[in-house]
Amino acid sequence: MSAARSGATGAVAGQGRMGRFVDWVDERFPLTAMIKEHATEYYAAKSFNVWYVFGVLALVVLILQFVTGIFLTMNYKPSAEDAFASVEYIMREVEWGWLIRYMHSTGASMFFVVVYLHMFRGLMYGSYKAPRELLWIVGMLIYLALMAEAFMGYLLPWGQMSYWGAQVIVSLFGAVPVVGDGLVEWIRGDYFISDITLNRFFALHVVAVPLALLLLVVVHILALHTTGSLNPDGIEIKEKKGPDGIPLDGVAFHPYHTSKDLVAIIVFAIVFAAVLFFAPEMGGYFLEHANFEPANLLKTPEHIAPVWYFTPFYAILRAVPSKGWGAFLMLAAIVFLFLLPWLDRCKVKSIRYRGWQFKVALAAFAASFVALGYLGLQPATPMVNQAARFFTIVYFAFFLLMPVYTSRERTKPVPERVVYHGHE
Amino acid sequence: MVSNLMKNSLRSGLAALAGALALAAALPAAASGGGGGFQQPANNDVSNVASLQRGARNFVNYCQGCHSAKYVRYNQLAKDLGMTEEQVIANLMFGAAKPTETMDIAMRPADGLRWFGIAPPDLSLMARSKGADYIFNFLRTFYLDPKRPAGVNNLTLPNTAMPHVLWELQGLRTAVFEEEEHDGIRRVVFRKFEEVAPGKLSPAEFDEFARDTVNFLDYIAEPMQLKRQSLGVLVIAFLLVFGIFAYLLKQEIWKDVK
Repeated sequence: MSAARSGATGAVAGQGRMGRFVDWVDERFPLTAMIKEHATEYYAAKSFNVWYVFGVLALVVLILQFVTGIFLTMNYKPSAEDAFASVEYIMREVEWGWLIRYMHSTGASMFFVVVYLHMFRGLMYGSYKAPRELLWIVGMLIYLALMAEAFMGYLLPWGQMSYWGAQVIVSLFGAVPVVGDGLVEWIRGDYFISDITLNRFFALHVVAVPLALLLLVVVHILALHTTGSLNPDGIEIKEKKGPDGIPLDGVAFHPYHTSKDLVAIIVFAIVFAAVLFFAPEMGGYFLEHANFEPANLLKTPEHIAPVWYFTPFYAILRAVPSKGWGAFLMLAAIVFLFLLPWLDRCKVKSIRYRGWQFKVALAAFAASFVALGYLGLQPATPMVNQAARFFTIVYFAFFLLMPVYTSRERTKPVPERVVYHGHE
Repeated sequence: MVSNLMKNSLRSGLAALAGALALAAALPAAASGGGGGFQQPANNDVSNVASLQRGARNFVNYCQGCHSAKYVRYNQLAKDLGMTEEQVIANLMFGAAKPTETMDIAMRPADGLRWFGIAPPDLSLMARSKGADYIFNFLRTFYLDPKRPAGVNNLTLPNTAMPHVLWELQGLRTAVFEEEEHDGIRRVVFRKFEEVAPGKLSPAEFDEFARDTVNFLDYIAEPMQLKRQSLGVLVIAFLLVFGIFAYLLKQEIWKDVK
């Protein structure tokens, strides 16, 4: 039984020339020990469902963005004069440049798709609860870094939406009391979004934030491997170990979860390829139509909307008549996510065994997030703003009322072992 | 107070949702029927090389006097449009010296600004920023309007600075507007065009002319679009096969897990 669930490091270390080489390395660097700790002897529940693939997919997209980003940097020119033309140069003249550029632009949106699903998985199965608070917080920091990365990256093509989107978002910092105006000027490095802004956003987009992202992802995975992965039943598999010390409900990350993840990665790649090759603009949501027009400082587009992954927060911003409070609520919408481990008072982790209150609240929250995302894409008519106000209230009610409804939940008994129907 | 706010917001939220649904249902109808119905889909086909060649000819003859396509290289055109470089030099290159040059123009933006009030934009990416349908309708909906500097106006882009470059082909038309009242709001609605002088082309021929031109603009906006689709089929086919093997591998590894 345990032989079936454990990994296969034995094959690496030991005999032969290769084995002697590994021994040589191991005396100088903990190679085998690391492979064991993080892959072949890292045990995660055998009962993972489809919601558990998005973490790995996020890692895959991260690597894809790194690699394609490096190649884009080889031909991109970070100057207001040349940026737009250099992107078209990549699209038309560089060998396979269009493929690399579409991979990067599709990757940006797909990154948010998988991260949002990954976060929703965490909400459903209580992945943020003790002892995983730090894991959750580091994850939220990754999300913040990702938003910064995406925002600054979007300025680089220097199209109309790049320019005016950045104009709108950067001016939000003006809502900070007292130092606001100075802060905006400091971020832009100029009195308006200019060549100087483009240069610093380029530096941050290709060096600073990717470094931070990489570091945070390492910390995220280390924290995960300290607490262990949770599962759809919200049970700590470490508490039930066999005589060999292996969790009874766990299987080794490699080769079990890796082989499963490979299937998931291929399915994801098919979806990714379908977008990349047949609808790279995704109807104007992944690449906005107005961004095929070079930035024009004298011509404000009729309708400025950020890319879809920011629109829930944009809708919240517009729902509030005062810019200051709108920006504050926008920030609060993210800060509340950080506080989730302490707002949720329910002892039971997984939605499978929680009361109706949480299920209803989570459904309403998810619906409000999607609705706000839709509304943030629409021109701000009074009707759209009214609807955005309604869903903003739902969004915040999820967090503000959480201590109340989660302490009144009538939960179902949590089973001793994970629910798993084996393979035939 | 708060509950009142919530109630109001709830009511308007639901109303907005219902409104959005109704609007979404009504939109296709409005696009095809209402408002005079001058808008037509371009229905162009970028895989039609003959149409692209005609479009290229139209572009260099009628557009390139004022509009550049500065990201498009002549020798790339030759390759994609199934022409030899000699053919391109003879038929399409009027301003440029070498096929390695891009479709630039001699007119300076400052002159354009002085003559038209706006520098004629580069058309390399126009089909991506505005859409092929938009350009198709723009080319077809000029009408005489003595109030405008160029003597013409446009239904698709009202008060455009562009003169009716294709008037010889399309002929001259006036537009008939009527006042209409909808829910107490009076507005002017386009009814129909009336021909003043016929053009060299019949309306159907002119539409073909516009369609070819738009097709060319669509192609230059994303020259690799056909290549990307055919590559996409191969990539997805490979992934499907790879996926089968990966799935079988996973089943094999997991078969003992109970």
